[in-house]
Amino acid sequence: MPDKTMDRIAKATPPQVATRIRGLSDRTIAWIFVAPTIFLLLAINIFPLIWTIRLSFTNFRVNRVNADVKWIGLRNYERILTDPDIWHTMQVTAHFLFWTLFLQVLIGFALAYLINKKFRGNDLWTTLIVLPMMLSPAVVGNFWKFLYQPQIGLFNYVVGFFSGTDPSSFSMIGSIDLAPWAIVIVDTWMWTPFVTLICLAGLRSIPDYIYEAAEIDRASKWRQFWTITVPMVLPFLMLAVLFRGIENFKMFDLVVQLTGGGPGSATELTSINLKREAFEKWRTGYASAYAVILFVTIFGLASIYVKALNRVKER
Amino acid sequence: MSIFSITEPSGRQKWIAGILVAAYAVITLIPLLWIIATGFKSPSDAIAYPPKVMFDPSLEGYVNLFTTQTRITPDMEATLGEPDTWYERLVREKGMVIAGPSRYGERFLNSVIIGFGSTFLSVFLGTLAAYAFSRFKVPLKDDLMFFILSTRMMPPIAVAIPIFLMYRTLGLSDTHLGMILLYTAVNLSLAVWLLKGFIDEIPREYEEAALIDGYTRFQAFIKVVLPQAATGIASTAIFCLIFAWNEYAFAVLLTSGEAQTAPPFIPTIIGVGGQDWPAVAAGATLFLLPVVIFTILLRKHLLRGITFGAVRK
Repeated sequence: MPDKTMDRIAKATPPQVATRIRGLSDRTIAWIFVAPTIFLLLAINIFPLIWTIRLSFTNFRVNRVNADVKWIGLRNYERILTDPDIWHTMQVTAHFLFWTLFLQVLIGFALAYLINKKFRGNDLWTTLIVLPMMLSPAVVGNFWKFLYQPQIGLFNYVVGFFSGTDPSSFSMIGSIDLAPWAIVIVDTWMWTPFVTLICLAGLRSIPDYIYEAAEIDRASKWRQFWTITVPMVLPFLMLAVLFRGIENFKMFDLVVQLTGGGPGSATELTSINLKREAFEKWRTGYASAYAVILFVTIFGLASIYVKALNRVKER
Repeated sequence: MSIFSITEPSGRQKWIAGILVAAYAVITLIPLLWIIATGFKSPSDAIAYPPKVMFDPSLEGYVNLFTTQTRITPDMEATLGEPDTWYERLVREKGMVIAGPSRYGERFLNSVIIGFGSTFLSVFLGTLAAYAFSRFKVPLKDDLMFFILSTRMMPPIAVAIPIFLMYRTLGLSDTHLGMILLYTAVNLSLAVWLLKGFIDEIPREYEEAALIDGYTRFQAFIKVVLPQAATGIASTAIFCLIFAWNEYAFAVLLTSGEAQTAPPFIPTIIGVGGQDWPAVAAGATLFLLPVVIFTILLRKHLLRGITFGAVRK
């Protein structure tokens, strides 16, 4: 019997009396510290997301508040997935994604490789190279519109000067054929340094002794590059592609200021198209379904990619 | 490293690499230099063909940026008397008078208020959360951390629809508070991830020693951990500030009159017959310059900030 009493007393005593006397318990502090962040994210990220999902099953329109809101099931999704215009914007986005990633990886890696030669002053030059990506994409995009002007623009003048064509004979943002490349050029100009920085971190993480061992084995420089440098940098490079891929899938500010999606719909990326549906045509329900589809696509692709990335890392 | 190391690039290789990188840097900086130069051109020089590299500097762009002007007839001008200031004179030469200040100053100030407000909040909340995630057994820690990261994957436009509705109901649309809360929520993910990395690097022994000395956990956090994390907190703050400073999508959709920041405003600066490029360039120069300075100051922490702490050096 006394044993049981002791047991009960022990249980009734609140845990960690010592820490309570000396202040809040760790557990309470943990909650107080984490709660505001979680609350804010729930209120401004998750709650809106759930609301979007709900709206996506309705025909709600913000500009007609008094109209009946009807539950229309999967109709919005059906219409989006069978809409040729939306497939067109998906193609535009795919073109943009593929070429920006391709060029940025190529140029970004090459630059990192050169910077890693540790020439004098490489810190200074790296900082200068990084500048474009730190700037406001909307402000810079708007200014590139000026550089792309047929007569007076610097870009056309320089291209004309080196290729001998008349600078007023082509318009990068006015022609359906050239505009998709105009946005690729500006995005590459802006974001190549991002890939460079990450590759540089990868290159610097390779210990010298691996190359020294390869030298002793008389492996050629070319062979060292393909069997040491590339595989060791690959996980970093894939991380850069992941970050750039997500960002460019969401791309809005730079392109909307540069071309506004035009001419016609030649550069209408999904985010621009979505903005048109949601905030110009005010088809809220429809746009919500569109937003859900985009989010699921990004999330799905990113998850698959992260799995692949982890596999590369494990090797 | 000794100069005899076999992995050290040869002098010639260094030279070639240096020249190629410098050439790339020069080419990539031309658009930025062109923005700065255009801000100091007269409107006719700005749209001259061929583009002018050498020009007579003029402050017309800056005057146009900060003022609104109206055209006056020569008769009226005769009644006005001599202009008092250099900028008044500059405007008068075009047959105009200054009617008042433009909205650029307000927009710039909005950017400052919203940028610093949201930076302060996200760093404050982010430090607390990061400390908890770093030191305590928070249930579902990994899931929560991933949840925080995944909020960054949503396209801003997709979240903007319900936020637009929510803010309209709560009366937060087009207010400083609304934008500060929104940018804080977006920046929190970056802040928590980065700061957790920084705090993880501070040895626990310091705090444990403080606890043994009779500090409470909270005192130990304030007096031991915070000073140690100061550099990390400062660089996180600058990254949050740069994001809020540059953000465009939410700003253009959720603000119009009161709380509009500079990025949606600068492209709308128009003069007679189209965009007034010197004024746009002047506005852009003033707006981009702080970021350029921060980037140079921050160069050592750049990588960590832009990759969510995923890559450390």
